[in-house]
Order: sequence, then structure tokens, then C-alpha cells
Amino acid sequence: METFTDIPANPPDIDPVDTPAAWKRFAPELSADKVMWSEVVPGGAHWSFVMPRGSALRFVALEAGANASVVLYSAREKLERYNMPDSLKAQHTAHYTRGHVLMSDMGRSLASITSDTVGWHDPLGALLDADLLKQKYGTRAFEQYRNAMYRNGKDGLLIEIGKHGLNKRDLIAPVNLFSKVSVDEEGRFRFAEHHCKAGDHVELRFDMDVLLAYSTAPHALDPNPEYAPKKVGLVAWRCGSAAADDYCRRFRPENARAIHNSDMLYL
Amino acid sequence: MTTATAIRIQESALDPSRAVLNHRQPAGEPWLHEVKRGQTLRIVDLEGNQAADIIFYNRNDVSEHYSATDTMLRQGGIYLTTGSVLYSNDGNAMLKIVADTCGRHDTLGGACAAESNTVRYALQKKFMHSCRDNYLLAIQHADVGITKRDLVPNINFFMNVPVTEDGGLQFADGVSAPGKYVELRAEMDVWVLVSNCPQLNNPCNAYNPTPVQFLVWDAE
Repeated sequence: METFTDIPANPPDIDPVDTPAAWKRFAPELSADKVMWSEVVPGGAHWSFVMPRGSALRFVALEAGANASVVLYSAREKLERYNMPDSLKAQHTAHYTRGHVLMSDMGRSLASITSDTVGWHDPLGALLDADLLKQKYGTRAFEQYRNAMYRNGKDGLLIEIGKHGLNKRDLIAPVNLFSKVSVDEEGRFRFAEHHCKAGDHVELRFDMDVLLAYSTAPHALDPNPEYAPKKVGLVAWRCGSAAADDYCRRFRPENARAIHNSDMLYL
Repeated sequence: MTTATAIRIQESALDPSRAVLNHRQPAGEPWLHEVKRGQTLRIVDLEGNQAADIIFYNRNDVSEHYSATDTMLRQGGIYLTTGSVLYSNDGNAMLKIVADTCGRHDTLGGACAAESNTVRYALQKKFMHSCRDNYLLAIQHADVGITKRDLVPNINFFMNVPVTEDGGLQFADGVSAPGKYVELRAEMDVWVLVSNCPQLNNPCNAYNPTPVQFLVWDAE
């Protein structure tokens, strides 16, 4: 299912597990013995799962202008979660790219950005909600439009974290992968159009066992007047935990200490 | 280097002698206080360059909290000053900044923690005092339903954390000075959870944490 209007057929009984090797389309250089799973996510969709320490998740923009809003929690203790201010101030950054790590409120690296062809992912956390979606795009309800209904990122993430016992007070500021929001000297947001190209990717390596939820709904500041969420490819693979000379570990002394703090959980 | 200019100075006409509360908050200490809808809360940076780290909660449903991301999204930018409305995670207006003689307050810098100090400075600094320990102490004693999961990104009143055009985050010199204040009118009954920041490892308190003052006026 590549979009919500393509309803896939049920698999035949003789081959009942429909897990095509989607990764061969968008990450063919990975080796089959390391790939854990892969899928094509329609625009506007949402899902969640646990990624073990030492695994990686590559997000591939299958169309230009993709957005993937992601939230991360420690899978062992969900009170520990990604913390936007702690991550930004420790790295003196208001954008993410290769080398940066996503830190928890407990001073640990949840995940490191090990590969990136985009150069800027938005950590400022804007999230489309039902009211903003309606103001911007109007309403397309399931009753009339079935699965081509409009979906917003906030409700998608609330559904996903709800599956794991978390509620609205636990919804944290997401990282908006593939999107760029800069800040001008007056402090105003500026959304970069045409920022991510088809084929761009960003990869997270998990430094802890992490519960990750995502939504591929449009970015809240995307000025496109049409509701046009983009497809994203996902591939999870076994990359191993951060080595002593790991790029992210050496990117900043703060990152070395954050990854060290994660290592201390897995002695 | 750019200089941010979105600063809207507005003095208040309220008379401190008519305030219903006049509270001196010592350096480095937590405080949890209730402010009613319609009341006005003034925070005074008594000695200058003191970060007051504050989170607001709906007094009647603490699962509703100040949301940095909703506030920034709805005003289209990152700095808080006169006219800024503080929104909740449910998209409701919680408070509005009605006066501000400082001109800029921070939404992105968060609150220091023992754990984040290990990342930012040194592993062995973890036993130093921190804002998040303050928050936890206040909410443990108050026991009003606010827990660690509710310690969301806070406002740093009187702190200046500019974002550069190329996506850097700076900790700039304070725009505050002795006697500068910010005033907020409550649009709902709120809890005000305060840590008067004890951070000694960076210049957010000019390496010298000092007291702040809180005044509250009833609705006219």
C-alpha cells in the first residue's frame, strides 16, 4: 500500500506473510543479512515500535517535501523520553544533522544521527493538530473519503503513544525529519520549501532500546495550500552499537558523555 | 552575527502596594503557587540576569500544561514578550504577557538537570543542585497530581537564547537587568511551578544566582 487509495490485496494462503523487501527499492546497498524489516509508509500515516540498541532506522523520502514527525521514549522506562531543550542546548544547535544525538531528559543518548543527505532536520517541534488542519485544508472525513481522509500529526502520535500506555500529557515535542524551519533575527519561523528531495535519507542509530512513534502528516508550517503528505520508506537494520571512534561520539564532548551514559545501562 | 529585535517593552500601571501577594523567592529554591483566572502575576528580576524557570499547569486538570511548541507555532516564532499568549498542549490560552520591561524571554533553553549537567559539563557534576531537582521536590511535597512526566519544556524568564539563521543556538548575554519585570494575566486557573535557577556552570545567572520577586494582583 503506497497511498491510502491503494488498498492492498490479501496474500495467498500459500504465501501468507506479506512482507515484500521494500528496502531493495530505496536502500539497495544494505546487505540482506543485516536488514530486519522495511516498509513504505503512505503520507499522513502513523506507526510505532521498539528499536533495540545497536539497530538503525533509515528514513527515505520517497517524494520531495516529505515530513516525518518522530517521538522517542526509553522502551525500558517510558518516563525517560527525548527532551528537546536538553538536546538543543547541549549541542548548541537548533537543527539536526549527522553527528547530533537525540538526548533523553536523563542525560542519555536515545539515538544518534549516523547518516544524513538532507543537512537540516527541524527540532522545534511544530505539529499539525485537528484545528490547524481544518483551518488550513478544510475537512475530509472518513465517511466520505474513506482512508483518503485528512490526518494530522498530533492525533497520529496520540494514537501511537496510546498503544504503549502513554497519554496526551506524555506527548513530547517531536523531531520533524526532512523539514527545515529557520528562525530570523526577529525570532520568526521561516519554513524552507523544496528542502528535501526525493531519495534523501536520514538514519538514526539507537543507543538504547527505544520506543519510537512517527507520523508522516505534513509539517504544521508547510505553506502548501493542498493537503499533500508524502511517502516515506523505512528500513531497520542491525548496525551494532557505537564504537569507541564513532563519529557521533566524537562530534562533541557532550555527545561522548551522553553516549557514555547510555553505555552504562548496557554493561 | 544577527541581533534579534523582536522586543516589545510595555510598562505596567499596577501598584505594588495593592498586590494581594508579594513574595521574595530565594536564589536556587523551588516554589509552587496558584494563580486564579483574571489575576495578574508579576515576576521581578531583582538583581538582574537571573533565570526564572517556570512551567504552568491548568489548576483543575494538571494533564494540561504550558506547551512551548504550541505557543511558538501559534505566534509564529520563538521569543516571548508583551502580547505573547502562552498556549497549552490542548491549544487553550493559559496566560497572556501584558507587560514586559525586559523584552525577551526564552522558550528553548529548558531547565537544568543533574543528568543534563553530566552531558553538558562533566560526569562528576551530577551532585550539583539543579532546576529539575527543584521541580521534583516541589511536586513531591505538593502531591497535586503533577509528576515527572509533566516536567515539560519550560519558560526561562529573563533568559536570552537566540537562534542564528544557520541553525545555531546561543546563550547570549542577558537582556535583563536589576528591577526588570514581566507581567502575565491568567486566562485560566493555573499552577505556577518555579525553579529559581541554581545553575553555576554557565552564565545564565551570571554565575551568581539571586532572588526574584513575585507579585499577584486580583482582577480589577
